[in-house]
Amino acid sequence: MPKKSFLKELSEQKYAYLFIAPAAILFLVFVLVPVIASLFFSFTEYNVLSAPKWIGLGNYKNLIFHDPRFWKAVRNTIFYVVGVVPPGIILSLLLAVAINQQIKFKNFFKTMFFIPTITSVVAISVIWKWLFAGEKYGLINHYLIKLGMQPVDWLMNPNWTLPAIMIMSIWAGLGYNIILFLAGLKTIPLTFYEAADIDGASPWKKFWHITLPLLRPTMVYAIIILTIASFQVFEQVYIMTAGSEGGIGGVLDSGLTIVAYLYDMGFQKFMMGYASAVAYLLFAAIFVITLINMKVVKSKVEY
Amino acid sequence: MEKSIKRQTRIRNLTIYAFLGLGSLVMAIPYLWMIVTSFKPIAEIQTYPPSFFIHHPTNLAYQDLFRLIPMARYLLNSFFVASFVTLANILFCSLAGYAFAKQRFFGRDKIFLLLLGSMMIPWQVNLIPGFIIVKKFGWLNSFYALIIPNMAMAFGIFLCRQFISTIPNDLIDAAKIDGCNEFGIYKTVIFPLIKPALATLAIFTFLAQWNSFVWPLVVIHTSSMRTAPLALSVLNSQFGEKFGIAMAGATVATLPVLIIFLIFQKYFVEGIALNSLKGRQF
Repeated sequence: MPKKSFLKELSEQKYAYLFIAPAAILFLVFVLVPVIASLFFSFTEYNVLSAPKWIGLGNYKNLIFHDPRFWKAVRNTIFYVVGVVPPGIILSLLLAVAINQQIKFKNFFKTMFFIPTITSVVAISVIWKWLFAGEKYGLINHYLIKLGMQPVDWLMNPNWTLPAIMIMSIWAGLGYNIILFLAGLKTIPLTFYEAADIDGASPWKKFWHITLPLLRPTMVYAIIILTIASFQVFEQVYIMTAGSEGGIGGVLDSGLTIVAYLYDMGFQKFMMGYASAVAYLLFAAIFVITLINMKVVKSKVEY
Repeated sequence: MEKSIKRQTRIRNLTIYAFLGLGSLVMAIPYLWMIVTSFKPIAEIQTYPPSFFIHHPTNLAYQDLFRLIPMARYLLNSFFVASFVTLANILFCSLAGYAFAKQRFFGRDKIFLLLLGSMMIPWQVNLIPGFIIVKKFGWLNSFYALIIPNMAMAFGIFLCRQFISTIPNDLIDAAKIDGCNEFGIYKTVIFPLIKPALATLAIFTFLAQWNSFVWPLVVIHTSSMRTAPLALSVLNSQFGEKFGIAMAGATVATLPVLIIFLIFQKYFVEGIALNSLKGRQF
């Protein structure tokens, strides 16, 4: 290949820069600058109207030492993550394994479970708010009564607000994870199962000793993604707990999560600096949890 | 022996069908309930016991939906924003993807790494400064705020780069010998070859934009600029107890994406698989 002249190379580079220019400019203005600006704001007091005032670690100190509402949001969020991730993963794994068997209507089942993934969370929340309606008119309470149980005042009872949102979120998240698991199941060579069949292994043994270990990479990915998404839960909370008075978090902040708190502080109370500090604490928490998740996994993969 | 195995398989299959059938029912009931409620007269919504049977079906809730609030306008807003953002992403992401995959320029790998890294940053971190920037530009309550910041998503650039990397360099060299400049190569070689990836990108972007809620919530405060999810949220707080209208709104906001999904299902599922491959590289 003949050596390119310097001029030709420059003109080719010109095209490359031209090609990435729109994406690069957007990235700079709406991603890179905001990430740095957010960090800066988190050290200031800022209400948008007047210039940000530098207060050092003030926001962080306040959040960590003097803000019970923030800690309530943290506790709620952790409760939410713990209540959504394990059941969500286990249920979608079981469903994926079931769909992966030699059965009819595979596509129908896949589609049924996947539909909530493409429905807006707002629409889903509006529907479930009606399903969770407190009195006997609510469909879920109607079925509870039929099963001989007590009806629950789901979204008005502080003990049940978050569990109600969690039930909905598990339901809505199944399809995405089923698709992930089905993709993972496809990568397991059939010969493994055939060998196990020759040895006379039971379906349960095959699941435990072949499917589960070989599905680990997919499982890890699904757990990390679901954990991150659950830490960031917001839209469900916003729709299902925002009363007509415009507040957020529900009765006694029983449904207040970290991002809901961030939104409340930033966009309803206009404490942008404070809200930025919340955002960075959340960022840090997610980062650390993802690292731990990956570490745990790595150590187990390399046994 | 043979027979008992056959019976075992039959029992097993029955269990599987029962499990999946029950699951599908649980998935379907909320949607059925949404549609049924939206066609019920108010009196029937409030009767006990709740029933899936409608005695006197009516489209009153839909009439109210389009009369009491400009729902048609909101749906149009959503459609316009989602379509525009999708087209922009197809163009900008494929251009950038081509540059990152096949062209050499100063800082290429570092910039790409930065782009990849940015995908790990939670959106909440960008929300407040993003709002302030849009406000400084004077874009609040406008299509600019809804469209421009979303015109080139990092995921799309990544997807295009992955796809374009698999195109043999010989094809590009051949086009060069034919006298194509870089833009010509993009138009005649790259773009036609990555159409499947772009289809995936298009479906993903359109659905994400159609369902997008937090960003519109933050940058749109005037009634006429609302998108469908924002309208739903307002319906939810204003007509909180009138579940008929709320369900009609949810139906109208869900139906378009449901149809798109059922048509293009294949691309969507492929997109998630690609997504998970991306994730594994971290």
